[in-house]
This record gives sequence, C-alpha cells and structure tokens, in this order.
Amino acid sequence: MSTETIEKKKESEPLFSKKNRKLLKDPLNDDNPITVQVLGICSALAITVQLKPAVVMSLSVVFVMAAGNIIISLLRNMIPQRVRIIVMLTVIAALVILVDQVLKAYLFDVSKQLSVFIGLIITNCIIMGRFEAFAMGNGVWKSFLDGVGNAAGYGVILILVSVFREFFGTGTLWGYSLIPDSWYMANGGFYSDNGMMLLPPMALITVALIIWVQRANNRKLIEEN
Amino acid sequence: MNTSSNSYTFIFSAVMVVVVAALLSLAATSLQPMQAENVRQESWQNILKSINVDVSRAESEEAYNNLITEELVIQNGQIVDGMNPLEIVIADEVKKPLEERKNPLYIAEKDGETFYVIPLRGGGLWGPIWGFISLKKDASTIYGANFDHKSETPGLGAEINTAMFYDQFQNKNILDESGEFKSVTVKKGGGSGQHEVDGISGGTVTSDGVTDMLKNCLAGYVDYLKARSSSHDEDLPVEELEIDDPIEDEDVDVASNEVIENDVV
Repeated sequence: MSTETIEKKKESEPLFSKKNRKLLKDPLNDDNPITVQVLGICSALAITVQLKPAVVMSLSVVFVMAAGNIIISLLRNMIPQRVRIIVMLTVIAALVILVDQVLKAYLFDVSKQLSVFIGLIITNCIIMGRFEAFAMGNGVWKSFLDGVGNAAGYGVILILVSVFREFFGTGTLWGYSLIPDSWYMANGGFYSDNGMMLLPPMALITVALIIWVQRANNRKLIEEN
Repeated sequence: MNTSSNSYTFIFSAVMVVVVAALLSLAATSLQPMQAENVRQESWQNILKSINVDVSRAESEEAYNNLITEELVIQNGQIVDGMNPLEIVIADEVKKPLEERKNPLYIAEKDGETFYVIPLRGGGLWGPIWGFISLKKDASTIYGANFDHKSETPGLGAEINTAMFYDQFQNKNILDESGEFKSVTVKKGGGSGQHEVDGISGGTVTSDGVTDMLKNCLAGYVDYLKARSSSHDEDLPVEELEIDDPIEDEDVDVASNEVIENDVV
C-alpha cells in the first residue's frame, strides 16, 4: 500500500536522494532482512503455507514497521536508554493491537483469514531489530523509508516462499486450482501434491534455496575465504 | 534534560503506559459495537448456511429473521426459558456433563418445511473446530452442515470447511433404524452407509475431531428432538390410522424407560 504512494512522490520530491533510495532498495536484495540479516525466520515458517495470508501479513508488517519506525524516531531523544527495549515493545504491541481491532471492525473477513498471525507480528524480530539499529539513531523520514524497505524485503521473501509452497503443496495459488483435476492420481493421472511442502521444515529449505540462488547471483554477498 | 536519571525513566514509563492504555481502550470501546455486529452477522450467516441458504453478511439479519422462527435453549430435554441462545458460549457448554449442558437450538421454516439447526464445537489437531448442522423434521436426517476451524493444516485438516467435505453429510442419519442415537462417523479410506462419510486423507486427527464433535454435541439434543418430532406427528390429521401405531410404540418406550430409571433409583 505504502510503496505506491512513495513511487508517486519519487518524481516530485527531492527527498529521494541517492542515499535515501538506497534505504528503500537495499533491504530488497543486498541487505534483505530474511535472507541476509536472517531475521524474522520464525514467521516466515508459520504463514507461508498459502499465498493470501502471506500477502496480508506482509502489508500489515509494512504498516506496523513504517508507523513504528516513525514513532521511535520521533521519540528517540526522549526515550530513556535503560528501558528502551521495553518502550519499543510497547510501541509494537500497541500498533499491532490497533491494527487487529481496526481489521476486526472494518475488514472482518481479512481479520478472520489472519487470525493468530496478526498477533505474531509482535514477535517479529525484524521490527525490533530495525527500531534498535536504525530508528533510534536516524531522522523521521529516513526511518520511515527504512521501515518500508525492510518490511517490503521481508514481504518479497514471504511471497516467494508461499507461492512455492502453495503451488507444490496443494496445487493452487491464491486458492485457485492451477493443476488440472485429470492429472491427479485419484482421477487416473500421474500427479500428486507434495504434502511435505505444507510442513514447516520445507519453509526453511525453501528459504535456504532462495539464499543459495541470491548469493550465487549477487557478487556483493559472496564472501572471500 | 538528563534522560538517564531514575526519576526521568519512571516518569517517562508512567506517561507512556497511561497514553498507550488510553489510546487502546478508546479504540477498543469505540470499535466494539461494530466488531460485535460482525460476529453476530457471522453466526446468522453460518446458521443459514447450514439450511443451505447462502447470504452475504449484510443480508444475513433480514434473512435470519425471515427464516428462523424459534430460538430455544435445551437442557436435559427441556426448554429453558428466558435465555438467548446466541449468547451461550458453546465452547464452555460442550465440556460440561450432558445433564448440565445448555444447548442452543434454532428452528427454521424454509419452503414450508421445518429444520432444526444445531451449533457444534470441538477440537481438531491444532485448535478448535466448529460448525452448524441442520436436521430435517424427523430429527434424524441431516439436511445441511458446515464446519470451520481456527488453525488446521491448510490443504489437509483445513479442508473441512470446503463444500466437498461438508456436503457429504447431507441425507445421512444420526439415528439408526430403531431410533437410537448413532451419530455420523468420518471414516478414513471411504465411508459408506447411513452413518459414515469419507475422511480427509492426511487429515486424520481433524477428521476424528469432527466425529467426536458430532457425537458429543448432538447427544444433548436427541431426547428433545425425538420428543418434539413425535409430538408433531400427533398434530397430523387423526384419520390416518397408521400414524397412531408409532406413537403408541413411543409411549411404551417412554414407560419402559421410566421403569428402568426407577429401578436404578
């Protein structure tokens, strides 16, 4: 949702210096929160069985991270150092509860789809990590871009993994069946869904495959031994 | 300002907690009526779905008021007065022993036929499962059913909320030929006959959960529904002599049950 408005602003606003664009773009590939920073793996396992919840989860994380980064960045000079982690947790929890309440009132069907996953955002370590590593030390606009960028980077991986798992696990995408019924062994065909794709370990293996492909293609990520 | 002093830390935390608490309670209380309305509409929608009426959430209230003629609460085969069945927490009731259970029952009139709608609640593999089932006037033949779940495995147990699964229940019987309660079993590897449906391959625990849920929830209604459906038979024209016989049989059954109970006491 937020990415669209940013792209529109890009043409008119000088706020998008090369440095700021980097904040937005880096997490998508070079500094991806899941595949490079290896944060937020836990939720990547839990909600990537189907595409739809993965997309809604990504959008919710974009909102919570952008809003949270802005709040933390605004408060960064006021937050007492010794309780800063607690303050961050309070901000995340409050935002997540707010999102949950609004969804339940206005988008009831979406909230039913997400059920427990929306609460899982609280435990998403990417958010905490970016608050601590970026928003505590940077201005509001930069923090906002960093939040959107990292959430988008997280979302891209989530969507990739869920496409892979939903297609091979149940033969559908977004709930629509893509494999002809006559292919299935039950109907005399040769094909059978791979039930293992639906289990959490396959998410880990899929993420690992993505990391492999990404590292093979991105020179910056190749470590010198 | 010294942001690392103890007093500042305390004041900051106190202010933050108050602000966040005020914000969240404001949001919760102002959104509460809409959320409650959504939940109500959803139960109306699900009740109607079980008698094979599909309406959108917005239309559910009107359709519900048109089709549902009675809302009852049944305990021990008797109607409990002055309770709203929609307010009963079924998840709590199904855990109680049969005699203490308050069972919500909805009676629908559709195309001149009477249907009994019964809410269900049980457990699957990962979390709760629930649904509604509707019985025809004979209190045995299933007219429609639907199920839903909180967190069953997508593609496996989660398939219970697809029409492919719950449509199988139509025209199955929960009572056997002699009128005893037998429920409907979800059977792995193909169900057959009046009391079995086909299970979901790979979803055995969820399938068993559906079986247990049906057995457990329906048990609380059998006595009342049997009594009700036989009393409705009495209302039929007296000229039809054949109808008198089953009623007499029923009377004998009731009498012999009483004798047995007295013996136990």
